[in-house]
Amino acid sequence: MEIVSSTQEKLSTVKTKGVFFEVLVKFALGFWALFIGLLFPLLIALILFYESRLAIEKFGFIHFLTNANWDPVNEDFGALTMIVGTIISTFLAVSIATPISIGIAIFITELAPKWLKPIVSGAIELLAAIPSIIYGMWGFFVITPIMANKVEPWLQATFGNLPLVGALFSGVPTGVDVLTTSLVLSIMIIPFMASVVRDSFNMVPSIMKESAYGLGATQWEVIRQVVIPYTASGIAGGLILSTGRALGETMAVTFLAGNNPQIPKSLFDSFTTITVALANQFTEADTDIYLSSLYYLSMLLFLVSFVMLSIAKFMVLRLEKRWKV
Amino acid sequence: MKKTYRKFLNFFMLFLSSLMAFYGIFWLFWILGSLFINGIKYLKPELVYLDPTPPGVEGGGLRPAFVGHFIITSLATLIGIPAGIMAGIFFSEYGRNSTFFKVLRQITDIMVSTPSIIMGAVVYALLVKPIGHFNGLSGAVALALLMMPVIAVTTDEMLRLVPQQMREAAYALGAYKWQVIKDVVFRAAKVGILTGVLLGVARITGETAPLLFTALNNNSLNLDLMKPMASLTVTIFNYVMGPYDYWHKQAWASAFILTMGVLLLSVIAKTVLNGNILKPLSHIARSFTKKGKEVSNSW
Repeated sequence: MEIVSSTQEKLSTVKTKGVFFEVLVKFALGFWALFIGLLFPLLIALILFYESRLAIEKFGFIHFLTNANWDPVNEDFGALTMIVGTIISTFLAVSIATPISIGIAIFITELAPKWLKPIVSGAIELLAAIPSIIYGMWGFFVITPIMANKVEPWLQATFGNLPLVGALFSGVPTGVDVLTTSLVLSIMIIPFMASVVRDSFNMVPSIMKESAYGLGATQWEVIRQVVIPYTASGIAGGLILSTGRALGETMAVTFLAGNNPQIPKSLFDSFTTITVALANQFTEADTDIYLSSLYYLSMLLFLVSFVMLSIAKFMVLRLEKRWKV
Repeated sequence: MKKTYRKFLNFFMLFLSSLMAFYGIFWLFWILGSLFINGIKYLKPELVYLDPTPPGVEGGGLRPAFVGHFIITSLATLIGIPAGIMAGIFFSEYGRNSTFFKVLRQITDIMVSTPSIIMGAVVYALLVKPIGHFNGLSGAVALALLMMPVIAVTTDEMLRLVPQQMREAAYALGAYKWQVIKDVVFRAAKVGILTGVLLGVARITGETAPLLFTALNNNSLNLDLMKPMASLTVTIFNYVMGPYDYWHKQAWASAFILTMGVLLLSVIAKTVLNGNILKPLSHIARSFTKKGKEVSNSW
């Protein structure tokens, strides 16, 4: 009798312990999921908004975006130069990186022999693993002199006298400018775009490609008329993802942009971006409104990159849904 | 005529694609090459165990930066890993059929790509302003926040690879959900989670932007988390921007060490994950975590 009751007791403690753990574990895990997925981005947005309230009150939204002055002495802050700089460098970098990434993806999925695929894939992925400060430092010590002494004078001599385009190549080639920044930035985003495009190319059912081959299409025609149209939203997703990455890139751009708050008129002008302004001036901000304006900038950056990345995510998800086997 | 044109176009475009692949690899080799050449040249043991000299005086080393970097990264890893793994488990084991958590999972994916400098700005408001001065702890927190989404996403992806039947078998034996997670799912996905952790550590080791205005820098060795703490990346940043030639040399050498460390971490992570690139190496790595074998073979 005693044995039975003690066993029952044990069983019931085991059971309560189990149920207790069940709830506890679920609660603990759920908290962190909720934190990372919801509270964390919300917290970032709220803190940035709270810290930038002074600047929002003083400069408003439209005025802040369209004001080209960034004058800490007179406490007049506008984001136009940084926004334009960010948009130009990102646009150029993405334009350079897009055809290259698609080429890389074609090579990996369609052309490379089986033994070469992981090697090329791995090498391109290694590009993504190199810290951004290394890109900046390497660009500053290695690329900048080459651009200033060789590439840019040559570009200027070749294109400088053409009408319309010529203005883009005016100015003194210093190497610390829009062109160098965009070039290095494009190298940094190639791996991100290439891997998304590669994954979407891999998703095309081989029966689609085989039918095209059966009709006598060449390999390029299959890629051009079957693979690329069917992965369009994946390619778009990769493009937007890398745009989001390029927008927020800090260290490499800080070395190469020259931190000059002006709207660049040629490819050889130094300029600034939102991230450069943040990296260089955050610790120097001595007045509340100065710091608050910097927070305003970072809030804009956060919102824009969050929206861009959400769109990219949506595009890629749509592609995945379509090809779900 | 048409046929030759099509053939030519085909050849030309495919040639162009191959060229693009080599273009990408070309940059990789250029970066690694110049890092290697310059890094090896200036690599001296003094770099690790001497303190920096006053600006302008040749010599000295970067001991505070190496020590600080190690402290900040380890602390960030200690905070970031448990949080990230727990969130990842929830997404995979509890949130799989809930639309709400599916959305949160996608947001987590987006947070992986958030500009890292934002994390610095946020932690500055949270931990530097209230305390009143820059401190090492805030740097570690910024890096931990950066790391959490990375680990959550990879953990979730790895747990999803564990076959549903394994869970069902455990349930059939009367196991609680937490027992299934602890003894079946987690054990099976150990290697995958290890990969995620390594990738997360690799990611934060090379970060500079979040440390610029949280941990700042320090010229003398500092073990106090409440004081400014040097890190390798911020030191490289300052030294490259600085005017002295020997600063640049030290920056090259530490950049070499940093890059090798980060690349090694990510190569190990990828090798452990898909052991087809360097089979022997992955075999060694896998033998440390023998239980993961069944899963990694089925990938």
